[in-house]
Amino acid sequence: MCIPLPANKKVAMPEKLKLNSIPMNKQPPEVRRRNPYEVAQGYTYEQAVEEAKRCIQCKKPACIQGCPVDIDIPSFVKALAEGDLPQAAKIIYGTNTLPAICGRVCPQETQCQENCTLGKKGDPVFIGRLERFVADWARENPEESGIFKIALPKPTGKKVAIIGSGPAGLTCASDLAKAGHKVVIYEALHLAGGVAVYGIPEFRLPKKIVQAEIDYLVNVLGVELKRNQVVGRSATLDELLADGYHSIFLGIGAGAPMFLNIPGENSNMVYSANEFLVRLNLMKAYLFPAYDTPVKVGKRVAVVGAGNVAMDAARWAVRMGADEVYIVYRRTEAEMPARIEEVENAREEGVIFKVLTLPVRVIPSAHGSVEAIECVQMELGEPDESGRRRPIVKPGSEFCMEIDTLIPALGTQPNPLVPRQTPDLKTTSRGTVVADEKGKTTKEKVWAGGDIVTGAATVISAMGAGRRAATDIDARLKNHS
Amino acid sequence: MNRILVKKELAPKIKLIEFENRDIASKAKPGQFVVIQMGEKGERFPLTISGIDPGKGMVRVIFNEVGKSSKRLGALAEGEEIGNVAGPLGNPAEIEKFGTVLCFGGGVMTGPMAYEAAAFKKAGNRVITVIGARNKELLILKDEMNALSDKLYVSTDDGSEGYKGLDFLRDILEGEKVDRVIGMSVATATLRTLCELTRPYGVKTIVSLTPIMLDGTGMCGVCRVVVGGQTKFACVDGPEFDGHLVDWDLLESRKRVYSHEERVSTLLDEQVGKDCASRFQQTRK
Repeated sequence: MCIPLPANKKVAMPEKLKLNSIPMNKQPPEVRRRNPYEVAQGYTYEQAVEEAKRCIQCKKPACIQGCPVDIDIPSFVKALAEGDLPQAAKIIYGTNTLPAICGRVCPQETQCQENCTLGKKGDPVFIGRLERFVADWARENPEESGIFKIALPKPTGKKVAIIGSGPAGLTCASDLAKAGHKVVIYEALHLAGGVAVYGIPEFRLPKKIVQAEIDYLVNVLGVELKRNQVVGRSATLDELLADGYHSIFLGIGAGAPMFLNIPGENSNMVYSANEFLVRLNLMKAYLFPAYDTPVKVGKRVAVVGAGNVAMDAARWAVRMGADEVYIVYRRTEAEMPARIEEVENAREEGVIFKVLTLPVRVIPSAHGSVEAIECVQMELGEPDESGRRRPIVKPGSEFCMEIDTLIPALGTQPNPLVPRQTPDLKTTSRGTVVADEKGKTTKEKVWAGGDIVTGAATVISAMGAGRRAATDIDARLKNHS
Repeated sequence: MNRILVKKELAPKIKLIEFENRDIASKAKPGQFVVIQMGEKGERFPLTISGIDPGKGMVRVIFNEVGKSSKRLGALAEGEEIGNVAGPLGNPAEIEKFGTVLCFGGGVMTGPMAYEAAAFKKAGNRVITVIGARNKELLILKDEMNALSDKLYVSTDDGSEGYKGLDFLRDILEGEKVDRVIGMSVATATLRTLCELTRPYGVKTIVSLTPIMLDGTGMCGVCRVVVGGQTKFACVDGPEFDGHLVDWDLLESRKRVYSHEERVSTLLDEQVGKDCASRFQQTRK
């Protein structure tokens, strides 16, 4: 898949390293606090080329090693620096069918950009922004970019079922379709995209972009998409195999919400982050009553947790008109799992961070709605197994926060639907599916990847798992022809 | 997919729809439900399945036209397609030979109860059914229920037909040994009354709960109910639970959260719909 660098062509090194990156335009906080539109506006052509020119084209590019899907980053950046957008698009689409999503939501700062040589002295090359720019250009200029004109190999006659149309499933589907296999995706919801449609907000990832990436799979790569199919209920894995599928890839994610398990948590106006985000992202409750699904957001909202999902929920609450929105977290800012960029965005939008705080009880009103939460103060002790310092309750530190909306955003766990119906599929005590590094599960002909194997993680790591599984499935299918 | 084969009005504002969906029809069992969405802007709402015909690929649902979505569903004609239908969802009912089973179906839930009662009959149980409604005009499926039951009782809230209320159930429970009671109704208060009636007799009483749902696949947790002190998701752990262990206050409270928004949505739809229709007619003149 990788397109090698031209062997003899020497890339001109910039005379002086440009240590400062080109800033990207963003909606100002006071404006974006009140609208659902994308916060980061992306580079202009001039900005993108300027940023791409910062790349020094390392002989041993470390950035690629940081990319879970092995995009040939220096080559596409070079093409972009030379203004050759079709070539840049071709390189990216060669290894990544969801670049407009990745360019927006990948944690580049801990992946490709973390390894960037320039980053050792100044800002790294902002690879994510460049990927986004090229992907957006390619989508908006299909004729010129040529991404829709790809030659698919002769059909192999092999059929693969992909369960779940999230990042893992879509990547696996696209790789297998490009290898000539017949691919059918089964999606439980009425829209494809998985976490990209129900989890990640419009203001971080516009849904029309997700739709365009899925259209690409269906219209260009010939992947068949079956929506409203709750595998595990509508059909079991064995039934699919009996139905003629040669292999199955399980990319069903970690969709079941976790709660605090404290008294009063079933009061009204206590949402799982999943419910809150499904209402707003999948069902577009921010457009109620033009869309039928409502969402109630109070004036004082507390989101418990400090991952990306917590930031998303808090930032939606701001946009839905809450006066005060809190992130309540039991450790400190240094331990927050969210991307720094998202924490900064949330803070700029007015989200208040209450760290070293743990809710212990929900106090409901006479009408059954949350009225306050009782919290305790924490302090950090010795590091735990995750390497982060363990939070310990400070004795006698109880206090109350008056709030009217509580959103536990504590992460998610695998949905047990498919494992329950598939006894020969080995799972861990956490409910995740056991799979080797290639995604092969304990069940014959069944692979798995993404959050269903790792527990809640990132879009790009799920895509990497989808890719590795696709490679292995393809190899097995070709060997057994 | 999801083409409407048959549509009937069973009583004022109560409609029966049979639609074609081979996947669901080949898999569904009594007690399970489907989630329907009317158009891309529609909400996702659950309906308990009232019957299937795997040969024809037919799925039957019976519903009240109360809100915007159910009214829109009821407005579809035979031959038209329902946008999105996912299912079957939820756990199938526990159908075994228990002995004597008393099946209570209230209002539109008489539909799914008829489907489940037939399964109990087929499993070799003596089946006593009770169908209930607010008044005699709203009673449905009396003949069907009569045909499949060993004994049929009718109950209305106002006493316009059969027994008034559910107190007469005490006489049944005292008169003969009932091994299991199954209750279905969208009116939570009615199910609660049923469970309080059966509690002193120690008869295991299973109820099908209808909390608010969103995805119906275990993803959001809006349908959480407390049963025996444990939080359960009705969509994946239910929808049928031991009624004697259900926290009814919580369920009733949680079902009311969005009643205001539902009213707004429905009124707006009716009003805007009327405005559009009248404007359309004016332009045609």
